[in-house]
Amino acid sequence: MANINVRLEEFDVVIVGAGGAGLAAAVQTGLARLKTAVISEVFPTRSHTVSAQGGINAALANMDEDYWIWHMYDTVKGSDYIGDQDAIEFFTKNAPKTILELEHWGMPFSRIEDGRIYQRAFGGQTRNFGESIAHRSCAVADRSGHAMLHTLFERTLRSDLSPYVSYYSEYYLLKLIVDPETKRPMAVAAWDMVNGGVHVFFAYAIIFATGGNTRNFRTNTNAHINTGRGLYTVAKAGIPIKDPEFVQFHPTGIYGVGNLITEGVRGEGGYLINAEGERFMKKYAPHVLDLASRDVVSRGMAQEIREGRGVGPKKDHLLLKLDHLGHDFIMDKLPGIWELAYKFVGVDCTKEPIPVQPTAHYHMGGIPTNIHGQVVDWDGDKEVPIPGLYGAGECACPSLHGANRLGCNSLLDLVITGKEAGRHAAEWILTEHPIFPYPPEDYLVDKYAKDVLDQLNTLFDGPAGSVKMDEIWEDLRDTMQHNMSVFRIEEGIKKELDLLDQYEEKFKNVGLTDKSKVFNTELVEYFDLESLLLISKLETVAAYERKESRGAHYRDDYPERDDVNYLKHTAAYYKEDGSVEIQYKPVRMKPLTAPTFPPKKRVY
Amino acid sequence: MALNVGDKVIFKIFRYDPEKDKAPYFKDYEVTITRKGMMVLDGLNQIKWEQDPTLTYRRSCREGVCGSDGMNINGMNTVSCMAHIEDYNSDVLVIKPLPGFPIIKDLVCDFEDFFNKYYAVKPYLIEKTPPPGRERLQSIEDRNKLNGLYECILCGCCSSSCPSYWADPDYLGPSALLNAARFVFDTRDEGSDERLDAVNSVHGVWRCHTILNCIHACPKELNPTKAIAMLQREILKRKY
Repeated sequence: MANINVRLEEFDVVIVGAGGAGLAAAVQTGLARLKTAVISEVFPTRSHTVSAQGGINAALANMDEDYWIWHMYDTVKGSDYIGDQDAIEFFTKNAPKTILELEHWGMPFSRIEDGRIYQRAFGGQTRNFGESIAHRSCAVADRSGHAMLHTLFERTLRSDLSPYVSYYSEYYLLKLIVDPETKRPMAVAAWDMVNGGVHVFFAYAIIFATGGNTRNFRTNTNAHINTGRGLYTVAKAGIPIKDPEFVQFHPTGIYGVGNLITEGVRGEGGYLINAEGERFMKKYAPHVLDLASRDVVSRGMAQEIREGRGVGPKKDHLLLKLDHLGHDFIMDKLPGIWELAYKFVGVDCTKEPIPVQPTAHYHMGGIPTNIHGQVVDWDGDKEVPIPGLYGAGECACPSLHGANRLGCNSLLDLVITGKEAGRHAAEWILTEHPIFPYPPEDYLVDKYAKDVLDQLNTLFDGPAGSVKMDEIWEDLRDTMQHNMSVFRIEEGIKKELDLLDQYEEKFKNVGLTDKSKVFNTELVEYFDLESLLLISKLETVAAYERKESRGAHYRDDYPERDDVNYLKHTAAYYKEDGSVEIQYKPVRMKPLTAPTFPPKKRVY
Repeated sequence: MALNVGDKVIFKIFRYDPEKDKAPYFKDYEVTITRKGMMVLDGLNQIKWEQDPTLTYRRSCREGVCGSDGMNINGMNTVSCMAHIEDYNSDVLVIKPLPGFPIIKDLVCDFEDFFNKYYAVKPYLIEKTPPPGRERLQSIEDRNKLNGLYECILCGCCSSSCPSYWADPDYLGPSALLNAARFVFDTRDEGSDERLDAVNSVHGVWRCHTILNCIHACPKELNPTKAIAMLQREILKRKY
């Protein structure tokens, strides 16, 4: 036996993930003086929030007249009317004060002449219900995510919070432990990457803030860590994953490598051109052109490429032109993308256009939550909150983004959902005084974490395996990219389902070459792949069943939105036998106070 | 030296697994150039995924903002994801963990001491007066004073390149001091006095001997030496 150490620890709250959402939650539980553990695969400032560029939406009205209800309308329309309107109202209404709070905590926002926060235009953001372009995105040059993540982390280092918030960096999530009898979430088990061993964190409340999972596509903007382990563990615990079919393709990933070029480039006046030098977005979004929502722009680009107007020897990408903005402006407002374009494709964007292609970017679906961040189960009739279990940020789905997220709504999402999950969890613990879920120690391992230990023992004691992990990784990324892309069709989706079964079969023959328990990154890659195989399956089955086109999910064989049959959320259950069962649940169409925005044709 | 697709480069990599190696050693790997502009991180990934899964290094964003993959490549510290293989003008790349940091395994270092020094400079906005109902105002000019300071990614490349940091285990180092400057020169901050006290010592700003390695090492092209000089001047200004 591999002799794996097991340690147990008790907290009031355990937060899984130290990106923007996890840290925003930690601020709240820390302020409530609850003993909080934040566990993360990486040191907090290495989380992927750091890569966000453009900004954060809020109707601050610093540049021109603006109201949260306009932001709400844009978000509902952007979601292709499948976003939950109670959550969207909560989200847009709370945006301004959340931005001000971040500013008060020291976030170094760019400024305008009178000293207030600078706001830029972004895709899908309009004034007066679609009338004209809004300047709503509060920006820190093009490093907004970096500035926000650091500010949130810094906030937790102040003396009022630091005694309550403990960081467990380089701990990899293994399992959500649920009491088999009461179904109550009790703990999470994590792998201590530096020392080896399993660490079980017991807590009254568990908050998942594990981020995105788009590493299963060949070209993606995501970090190596974005492999959806949180989504995987929640799905394995039997909770239905909401809307997994909606995967956003960002219009402007750098050609060939996928690194993000912010939509802020287009917000500041840059635009896309095809091989003929034509500003083609005028065909697809005659009113706002390049500032249409991302699904519309990505589809326009893919259509141009399909029709042979792509750029380069393979005619497989397009160009983003911004040199007309001028050297000084670019270096002031977009210095980070200048660096990325120069480093990754050798393009000086003050002189020449950047080669770009639609690139997998964001998962709109996720762990189902209500407006307080409570994870909700589905009983076939209504959503039932699971006491003590929360989700926030990209891994969660309240659903703010429906079938398509608007640019700069993600940073807002993670800070608002994170804060609310933390606040609600703290309030629940302090007012309800739940019983601590600590089980008798003598049968703990056998009852709750035996599967995890068995798996680890097999990996450490077993052979290196007959299949190289890399083969499955490569095939998974290629075929997901091919079959589950901007355009989808039944034949391709079916093929992908067959392939996913094959990958799963092959994965059974993967073992570890590295038997060291100290910083075993092969083990981490194994769990990453295990997670993404399951998530890919959820995404693909849900995409197969949704026989319509809505937001980021476009079916060539069903090109129209079908509100009669599909104005509803997917609830995808992962079954113990490895199959996925799809149910549907209604969209929460009723906002908290605002009138409902009923579905109408979506034109930009 | 121009590298073309198909060319081979040798990565000579520092290896050490505390569970089985008595001492560290170097191991050679052949990396194939698969695209123009290939980065050192791409080469490491190629080795890990195709040749030797035991090779251990940190990585995340792969675009120079998360600061995970600081390492020493042919004698220079940088983040591997933004280091073009071609730029080293060599068919052999010697890759080592960050100098001066304890080693956990292969290219993975222990950052605990580095982060403790970062925490020691109180790297957060200190407010004494309650904030206004709106944002605090800050002129464009005042905000621009933070450029070159707030972009730090905590990769450790600067501190690990500093001989004073190697020699004095208590020296806060260029990274922590640059982060101190980020708040001292923020017009919204009201805690500069206590923060300057924290860095005003022989193990603080006065340990910098302007060796300038930190400037060359910083993958974000920041200037920690200048930030330290600004702190020194600020201390003198306030004291005398």
